Amino acid sequence: MRPLTLRRLLLQCFALLVILFVVVVIAIKFGAVPVSLYALGRDLWNVLLHQRTNISSDYVLIIQNIRLPRILLGIMVGASLSVAGTSFQALLRNPLADPYVLGVSSGAGLGAILALIVEPHVTLSPVFAALLTPLGAFLGAAATVTVVYLLGRREGQIDSTTLLLGGVITASFISAIIMFLMSTLTGNLRGLSFWLMGDLSTPLQRSVYWFLGIGFLVASGAIYTTASDLNLLLAGEKEAMHLGVDVPRVRLVVYIAASLLTGLAVSVSGAIGYVGLIVPHVMRLIFGSDHRTLLPTAAIGGAIAVVFADTLARTVVAPNELAVGAVTAVVGAPLFIYLLRRRLA
Amino acid sequence: MSPGSSHARHLAEAGRLANEIRLSVEQISYAYSANPAQAPLFTLEATSFQARPGEIVAILGPNASGKSTLLKLIAGALAPLSGRILLNGFVTHSLTPRTRAQRIAVVQQESRLLFPARAWEFVLQGRHAHGRSLRFESEDDIIIAKNALAQVGAADLSDRWMDQISGGEKQRVILARALAQQPLLLLLDEPTLHLDIAAQIGLLDALRRLAAANRYTVVVVTHELNLAAEYADQVVLMQRGRCLRVGPPINIYQRELLEQVFQTPLTVELGSSGRPRVTVLAGTEA
Repeated sequence: MRPLTLRRLLLQCFALLVILFVVVVIAIKFGAVPVSLYALGRDLWNVLLHQRTNISSDYVLIIQNIRLPRILLGIMVGASLSVAGTSFQALLRNPLADPYVLGVSSGAGLGAILALIVEPHVTLSPVFAALLTPLGAFLGAAATVTVVYLLGRREGQIDSTTLLLGGVITASFISAIIMFLMSTLTGNLRGLSFWLMGDLSTPLQRSVYWFLGIGFLVASGAIYTTASDLNLLLAGEKEAMHLGVDVPRVRLVVYIAASLLTGLAVSVSGAIGYVGLIVPHVMRLIFGSDHRTLLPTAAIGGAIAVVFADTLARTVVAPNELAVGAVTAVVGAPLFIYLLRRRLA
Repeated sequence: MSPGSSHARHLAEAGRLANEIRLSVEQISYAYSANPAQAPLFTLEATSFQARPGEIVAILGPNASGKSTLLKLIAGALAPLSGRILLNGFVTHSLTPRTRAQRIAVVQQESRLLFPARAWEFVLQGRHAHGRSLRFESEDDIIIAKNALAQVGAADLSDRWMDQISGGEKQRVILARALAQQPLLLLLDEPTLHLDIAAQIGLLDALRRLAAANRYTVVVVTHELNLAAEYADQVVLMQRGRCLRVGPPINIYQRELLEQVFQTPLTVELGSSGRPRVTVLAGTEA
């Protein structure tokens, strides 16, 4: 018997944070303009000593204004998508659930686009105007989960295959609507590939980072309060209820919070796929399927995965760029097929 | 007050409680319909029985007789249409899921796991209702889980994966999880299904021993007439949503009655244990 202790949980998270730090350093170093590790260390030293004047202005421009914000965005988007994926897997009792595969990311994208279309026509204070896109994305995500959930039900039970099929069909239907909207409307709607494939290259306002960070902490914190309930929910709703889980409350909390996480991520980065599928699976293999461990490790793992994938997206075809969603899909889709086949076997 | 007298008082209290009614099912009924506008597809007519600590009650009857519905009502998973079920004086279906799980443990037919778990992790799930939502298992929880595994003779299974043990072993681990809940009432839905005969006897022997030792009240739904006769203190006989008889096996196991309920020719004789024994006469048309 080796029950989970707080000490072990913190050690696991610390180990992953060390890996995240290494990946962040790699992400800062590589790019269209290479940066030497020595220069990086020296500049960091200078920043710590408040001697900013000793830093060359090119580095400030590249690292502080371009690469670091993008890395920060990757961390938050990766953590959000990964926690959302873990939650949907528990909520829908399907190990292959992922915001992208289920069409929830597309739904969030459509919601965000609709909010962007509506925005010029309503008068709001700037703070609320900035919240309109994430709000639209959240509503789009929540509506899509509901639709896919209803599609996946057969005779009162969720049928795994029907659920996935329902998700794929919903995703392609919503993508078609997005393409239609993008081709008929002009204006500040970003590119089509942003909404369909995901992209971290768009610079954001400073306030958006705060909003993302706080949203992530609140939503994933709410999900974490149900961590041990989710462990029991995996055995089935009836069994969970008999073991003392307030099933409707847990479902509602996780449903809203996971939709919020997906909406937040999609509204700033588009539909980056498979992160919410692969990362929880890898973390389960390493640390086991207890959600008290799985949720925080999946969050850090998701950050690692997206920052790493984005570094590849920036450097593989430099000076051109790939969409980060293309990188995650190239790795994720074959893995999805592998997991699906192993499950059906 | 000396510790001795407090101990004596404690024993007297325990003795008094042992003779009290723990579970009281009072005139409960239930109706199930696919939608509210339609006539009910299934009804359970008013059913009553009572059970004391340490008693084993078997619910018997053919398919669709309302056995599982009755068990769900007792578990508090369904609210009765009329009547009430009291456990130590509390109405079961109005308790919160958490409080209910501290008092009632339900062993269902085999449960499927989505991700692999070890036997000890599975048994620790039984401690969920006794802890706060975010805490880690305490020393006490671990001791209770270990004891529960030992009580069903499954201590050696502790580190095995749930999907790599036999059906009989799995059923014992599931029972251990129910014991870890430290319930007053233990409900089992066809626990011997899919078990070979040795495993069936082993499980029921364990159940009787545990009911006596821990003063659980046990209610078990089963198809096994002879096992019920051998192990139950009381039998609740059901047919098409009606409770026909309640009483000790010797009073219920009458040839005409069982033939009529189970729609098959059979004989009833008294076994060496003083309990009735049923032989189904296969091959003869009724």
